[in-house]
Amino acid sequence: MQNVKMVVTGPFSSGKTEFIHTVSEIDVVSTEKKITAVDEKNIKDTTTVAMDFGRITVDENLVLYLFGTPGQKRFDFMWEILSEGMLGFIVMIDSTRPETFREARSILETFRAYAPTPYIVAANKQDCVDAWDPKDMRHVLRLDPTVKILPCVATEKARVKNVLLELLYSILEEMETGKR
Amino acid sequence: MALKGNLRDFTLLQLFNLVNLAAKTGSLILKTPDDEAQMAFRVGKLAYACTEKDDASLAGILLRGNKINAAQYRIIRERGTQISDQELGLLLINAGYFTQDDILSVLHDYYTGVVHKMFNWTEGAFNFDENMATPDGRIPVRIDLENLIIDATRLTYEREMLEDEIPSLDMAVKFSDRPGANLEKIRLNPEEWKVINYVNPKNTLRQISRTLHLTEMEIRRIIYALLQAGIVELIRPAGIPVAVSLGNQTTPAPRVVKPQESLVNRLINRIRSL
Repeated sequence: MQNVKMVVTGPFSSGKTEFIHTVSEIDVVSTEKKITAVDEKNIKDTTTVAMDFGRITVDENLVLYLFGTPGQKRFDFMWEILSEGMLGFIVMIDSTRPETFREARSILETFRAYAPTPYIVAANKQDCVDAWDPKDMRHVLRLDPTVKILPCVATEKARVKNVLLELLYSILEEMETGKR
Repeated sequence: MALKGNLRDFTLLQLFNLVNLAAKTGSLILKTPDDEAQMAFRVGKLAYACTEKDDASLAGILLRGNKINAAQYRIIRERGTQISDQELGLLLINAGYFTQDDILSVLHDYYTGVVHKMFNWTEGAFNFDENMATPDGRIPVRIDLENLIIDATRLTYEREMLEDEIPSLDMAVKFSDRPGANLEKIRLNPEEWKVINYVNPKNTLRQISRTLHLTEMEIRRIIYALLQAGIVELIRPAGIPVAVSLGNQTTPAPRVVKPQESLVNRLINRIRSL
């Protein structure tokens, strides 16, 4: 049996747990705890403290694991552990909270330093009125034109599938480029 | 699509970069507790800018630019209440008072000045609306954002430098025991003299700035100049926490996993079938 993994990272409350929950065939093994910090409690009640863990069985010999990182900076010691051996990673960003864009950029760079694997950016919560356009987010995040930024709604399976597929296409493209 | 946020998290410099790079058209409204500003952009260029506190009518801008005097301003205001800025501009040009270039130049200077003022705003809600154009009747111009962005970058650098030197406005200043300059020969500008009057270990810089109606940037600039001249010394009041530097974080060596193409294709097929 071969196991492969992808990491879903991003700032606090960007929708990582929801994303994994939407496509995982098992109930997401979540390490959520009640939030005690007042500022963060205004955004949501619980948060991931170690990781989220989802699974998609490909066939009898291959399983894809999705790992969600804790979003809060004080749990970033988990990031490096989770990034070990990943195929690629998804940076999830809440499109309605521009105050988190800078942090998202920093997380992205940290993960790139851990492992220069392919990655894509998911502009989550695109169903909200205040959501920023992914094109504008690309400028703000100073993303290279080759990096994909995709509109996403973490609760919608089709959108989540699209994000995962685009990451896999990027992995494939990079393998083909590497061959040349 | 909305572009909403707070300048605390997303600076005006970043917004200008975005408008410039994406060649955006629309209006940007900034709201602080003290003032409100509006800027209009056309295809990535600044077309219009004003703050709520200013008289941003053409007459008001001409007065501020010393192109007309107070009496002329009053006459225009009295006679021209029903006409727009564009109509007033045409009237003044046709009557031979100004050329078109004169008017565009004074508007250019005013709009640029407004933007420079706004670069000092570090907090306040912003909202960029792509469906909102230059207010009716106002005269739009075309100002490249590149120079404004460079100015803003310079200002940001200066602000960061001043914040490093004077980390908190809750600090106080006292006259230096051994001033590094010959005080008899020193020349201060009126703003610096006003600040000097309030130099006292009991007065925090914030209190001084409030009393003299100075912005945070202005008080920092003045205090920095006085510090450099060796006239005053900063006193750290007890209880102010010292910022702790996290130091250089070491970056681990990159680890790369090389998957097989067939494996990725199997994953793609599986995800498609979900």
